[in-house]
Amino acid sequence: MTVDQPKYKTSEEVDFIIVGSGAAGGILAKQLSTNGFRVVVLEQGPYLTEADFTHNEIEILAEDKLTNHPKLQPNTFRKTPQEKAKPQRALVYGRCVGGTSVHFTANFWRFHEIDFIERSKVGPIPGTTFADWPITYADLEPYYTKVEWEIGVSGLGGASPFDPPRSKPYPMPPLPVKASGVLFERAARKMGWHPFPAPMAILSQPRPGRSACINCGFCLGFGCEVGAKSSSLATAIRMAEKTGRCEIRPNSYVHRIEADANGRAVGATYFDEKRNTHLQKAKAVVVCANGAETPRLLLLSANKQFPDGLANSSGYVGKNLMLNSGGNVYAQFEHPLNDYKGFAVSRIMHDFYELDHEKVGFYGGGGLDARFDFTPISFAFGGLPPDTPRWGKEFKSALAQNFNRTLEIFCHGTSLPIEDNSFSLDPELKDAWGLPALRMTYKDHPDDLKLANWMFARAHELLEAAGARKHWGFPAQEAQFAVHLLGTCRMGNDPKTSVINADHRTHDVKNLFLCDGSSLVTSGRGQPTMTIEALAFRAADRITALAKRGEISA
Amino acid sequence: MSESVSRRQFLSQGISGLSAAWVSAHLPAMVAAAGYARQAARSATPPKFQFFTSEQAAEIDAITARIIPTDDMPGAREAGVVYFIDRSLATFAADDQKTYREGLPELQARVSEMFPGAKFSGLTAEQQDEVLHSFDEGSKSPRRPFRARPGAQNFFETLRQHTISGFLIDPDYGGNDSGAGWKVIGREREHMFQAPFGYYDKDYPGWDAAANEAEKK
Repeated sequence: MTVDQPKYKTSEEVDFIIVGSGAAGGILAKQLSTNGFRVVVLEQGPYLTEADFTHNEIEILAEDKLTNHPKLQPNTFRKTPQEKAKPQRALVYGRCVGGTSVHFTANFWRFHEIDFIERSKVGPIPGTTFADWPITYADLEPYYTKVEWEIGVSGLGGASPFDPPRSKPYPMPPLPVKASGVLFERAARKMGWHPFPAPMAILSQPRPGRSACINCGFCLGFGCEVGAKSSSLATAIRMAEKTGRCEIRPNSYVHRIEADANGRAVGATYFDEKRNTHLQKAKAVVVCANGAETPRLLLLSANKQFPDGLANSSGYVGKNLMLNSGGNVYAQFEHPLNDYKGFAVSRIMHDFYELDHEKVGFYGGGGLDARFDFTPISFAFGGLPPDTPRWGKEFKSALAQNFNRTLEIFCHGTSLPIEDNSFSLDPELKDAWGLPALRMTYKDHPDDLKLANWMFARAHELLEAAGARKHWGFPAQEAQFAVHLLGTCRMGNDPKTSVINADHRTHDVKNLFLCDGSSLVTSGRGQPTMTIEALAFRAADRITALAKRGEISA
Repeated sequence: MSESVSRRQFLSQGISGLSAAWVSAHLPAMVAAAGYARQAARSATPPKFQFFTSEQAAEIDAITARIIPTDDMPGAREAGVVYFIDRSLATFAADDQKTYREGLPELQARVSEMFPGAKFSGLTAEQQDEVLHSFDEGSKSPRRPFRARPGAQNFFETLRQHTISGFLIDPDYGGNDSGAGWKVIGREREHMFQAPFGYYDKDYPGWDAAANEAEKK
């Protein structure tokens, strides 16, 4: 797969360096190389392919084969800036070619119109930096459609009365319904709600070189060995390589963006696998390293001109972190669901996407889905009700009875942006390369917790209507672990309150662009990847137009 | 996960935080250990233990057999879990050696106190459960929590987690000998399935577009 790749010299000034090969980086690599540019993608993780993916739960869970490694990349956590952060694993992200899109669940919701303009509609919320986007749903709609068709998303347009307008149907029908989906659909209808087939970035029909989903059951957390999951690895990266202008350089850990005296990015310094240092030169740099590592890289790249971090004149680099509120409610049923077969989610609903905050008493909104995303060991540790004996005869019979009879309702929701919630550099802890480790500071806005509990109550109502034999959950707790990494280099028109403009160009450095979860201004309702990819397609168009007009080069 | 495992739940929700911490802390050798367990359980001659003495192994084996007992379906014993744990402690779980080293004599002391002159492995199942309940912090009235060193898990909880992992690891990659654990939970060994998958979706009539349409108005 690498035979057609060019091998650029580090001294050769390529057109673009892209840092990170995940959801956004993969698409920017594909689009920019297709548009004729010479591109080097620097990915900190290894280049694994389908042949490397297994169903080995220990390898995935314990060895972090596909994800950031807590021993090599430790981090710290604290709730507020007044506390000293303690070492504690606080985040997970994909660390391999394809990034988090390799192991994600592949829920692919579009954002709705409201997500871009909600601040104007709702008004200010004290203690937050809640803001409108500088772009609207209409600006992004063509790019959502591009994602669906080029990357491969299965779904049913028009099935949800709450869906935003779309210019084209999905390119392929939804995946088959699971037992959890049927129970969810029937119960939701009984409640007067509007369930619909989940849009998923998983193929329901084969595409060239890729199989349709074979329902193996090892989905969330695992890489897809048949290429059915529409990761950047299985899609955009392969297309980028075919252009002959894009080099994917794995095991390349970028730790500094170099800038010249004129405040222009000139390249990126990285460690190779043997920890030798290289400087790749480029006319422009696009950072797609995720909502934690993108701000960290800018902070690590502080220089004389930008002592608080490259492109950080706003002070907003790393700030306004949003994680998406929510959690699970669990249920057991009388008959076998066998929901361990297949992808995770087949039915969702958006009736609560936009709640009347005066009526419910808090800001927020979200979606519910029916899923089963346990694997055997994780189920034994977390899938049984808390009153189940933890060992012995009854434990064993509970496992035997319920592994096949359990489903989860996942409640996804909004997070409000708060300036103190952030990723920053820990002043003491270092990673295995001797660089400052990530420090996460996070305390949920009270409305986010109220929303989560409100959604849990709806999930219990639904499970009651579904005839569950037993259902249980836990009250929302303040988050201390991040999966969705959003908002930390937000987009905006005002350089004082945002890091990038609507073209994804940093306000401060003309030839530095950022595109990933960090670009988001609001959190959406829980599934950000589709929007990150649509933004990447759009960013590629904007960047190409700027380059063709000669507005990037000095 | 979390996401996964349900990686999201597994890592983020705290319910299984201890287990996740344990599993996350220990690395490539876990797979080797699993392979070893399978090999050990299959070989005709009893394999050598690397960490346990054979006396200790007999006690550990007896405990795992109470954590996941054998009934009409296989239990931890049939899945070769004691070999998995032994190999784990000799390699990637070496940090837990101390827990076992201190835990085993404490167990024996408790047995002697409750059933003078006996060994755990020589007790009846009921007596064994009585001893284990006296250790289990999760039980209603533990006699006392086992040696709570700061930051350390107690012996029983450690052994519980090791036993479950050795029982339910994907048999294709070693451990969980003959897929004993998966037989118990009813997970088929195949890795390719077709809908319908279960009871509730087998008669699904297909998506009814009209149902949501009607509601729209």
